Amino acid sequence: MSNVRPIPSPQTPSDDRAHEADHPSSLVAKFGMDQPLKLDCGVDLAPFQIAYQTYGELNADRSNAILVCHALTGDQHVNNIHPVTGKPGWWETMVGVGRPIDPDKYFIICSNVIGGCMGSTGPASSNPATGKVWGLDFPIITIPDMVRAQAMLIDRLGINTLFCVVGGSMGGMQVLQWTAAYPERVFSTLAIACSTRHSAQNIAFHELGRQAVMADPDWRGGRYVDEDTHPHRGLAVARMAAHITYLSDAALHRKFGRRMQDRELPTFSFDADFQVESYLRYQGSSFVERFDANSYLYLTRAMDYFDIAADHNGVLAKAFTGIQTRFCVVSFTSDWLFPTSESRALVHALNASSARVSFAEIETDRGHDAFLLDVPEFLEISRAPSCWPQARRAD
Amino acid sequence: MSMQQTLPLPGVAPERTGGYRTDHLLVADMVRPGSRVLDVGCGDGELLQLLESRGIDGRGIELSREGVNGCVAKGLAVVQGDADTDLVNYPDDAFDYVILSQTLQATRQPKVVLENLLRIGQRAIVSFPNFGFWKMRLQLLIGGHMPRTENLPASWYDTSNIHFCTIKDFVQLCEEINVKMERAVALDLYGRPVPLNLPWWVWNMFGEQGVFLLSRGGGK
Repeated sequence: MSNVRPIPSPQTPSDDRAHEADHPSSLVAKFGMDQPLKLDCGVDLAPFQIAYQTYGELNADRSNAILVCHALTGDQHVNNIHPVTGKPGWWETMVGVGRPIDPDKYFIICSNVIGGCMGSTGPASSNPATGKVWGLDFPIITIPDMVRAQAMLIDRLGINTLFCVVGGSMGGMQVLQWTAAYPERVFSTLAIACSTRHSAQNIAFHELGRQAVMADPDWRGGRYVDEDTHPHRGLAVARMAAHITYLSDAALHRKFGRRMQDRELPTFSFDADFQVESYLRYQGSSFVERFDANSYLYLTRAMDYFDIAADHNGVLAKAFTGIQTRFCVVSFTSDWLFPTSESRALVHALNASSARVSFAEIETDRGHDAFLLDVPEFLEISRAPSCWPQARRAD
Repeated sequence: MSMQQTLPLPGVAPERTGGYRTDHLLVADMVRPGSRVLDVGCGDGELLQLLESRGIDGRGIELSREGVNGCVAKGLAVVQGDADTDLVNYPDDAFDYVILSQTLQATRQPKVVLENLLRIGQRAIVSFPNFGFWKMRLQLLIGGHMPRTENLPASWYDTSNIHFCTIKDFVQLCEEINVKMERAVALDLYGRPVPLNLPWWVWNMFGEQGVFLLSRGGGK
């Protein structure tokens, strides 16, 4: 089977990425021993840092701030060239001049989540107690922990009320957590392709990804940095499996069908004969260049634990009782990871709480990832917050 | 509506007063300032915008995706939903008024919907096309076919209106389920009120649509 080619090692060593974990190419807010981040698992994390980017200017009454929350493998580089990959920002369809979230109008903030690997403290960061990378010694983090850290950053920036908190997927979970934890600090929200809890199917997919990472001998029980390896094969497989869930059957069929990759006939081997295989391998190998394997374990875990209703005796509506925040909820017809039914359950709970909510389901075959793509109908709807009056004065 | 091109009956543009539809102004005038309103079947959100301009806290439900997307993009609080299935998710007394404009005849269970309106809202404002309108009667009586009018141009086989009633029928239903009629107005083809103080049978004959302000009856 000489034709069998495993997923290649990253072209460049991940030195750039490792450097970003402690010394991000972005703004950084450092919090000392006197300002610990109180984690749900009971640990007080201190010191820690939050890496973030801002775009636009904060207005005089500090009422035009929009917080963008990134998804599982995103980061703070929403609208600038990525320092590791050299690619454009991850949400240029949504954020930018003339876009729904316009830096000419808003002060836009995006921070790397706690537990991430692009400069906010996480398993890829150095543990000041040991001088070594945290690895699995890093405490388990949750979506509420991420939001708590963001709130500390917002305090640091001198902002009381956010005009809008925006995000898709795991970013949408953070949006909802913001409204549950700090309703008085959020004037409006745009929650896209998300849910108030992670479903059993989604936990199952995440477990598959984690097991793929941990099954890679190069993972070394999480101590791969110390041993100068990286479980790139395991992480690539995790990414490939996850990537399938971000698309749809129809989108894969439209994009690839059963077409062959650079050949007319099958090679009768396990080489990537089909375009879809080649595409997935590329997705897997390019991901490992920019992402830390342990960080992937921690962030998927955070999503699994997310369940807003659980904190309110299982009654979702109670999480939003008396809330004044304006909600705009968006789902996509072909999203089977966070299907419309999940958004509808959220909308029903918001209605039951008399919250001011808009909800639209966008017809597209592009699956969960539609929120990152140029889907005109979706981007048109995302202009909704710009029709809303600027945040009431935070006083 | 692309249908209009192939149909012999041209749609009638509703009369407008100061930029707003006359029938919408009539409905809006029934709503006390400062109230909370749910517009079921809010379409493109024109009525909601009128209500918002008067400082009324308006929300909407709309079945069609285009309608919802248009409303949401305008910044209105509108959710995609179905009057038949989604009203049950709203708690009792959530709104001061629930509006059902030109939608009752398209619901599968008009009676259940009407009961839900007055469970969710203290008051309901319901408007519907009057099948007792003289043009309707004439088409069935003389023409011998299912009536079509300027405002209801669809044929029997492609209409979404499955539960037509007359003003008289509606009044009867209200009495049956113990709903109090606080105000009733009949509108002509252009959405203008038919002069007041005429007997019921005149409204039932000359009203193209009926608009009713309803509240819960005290009997039960």
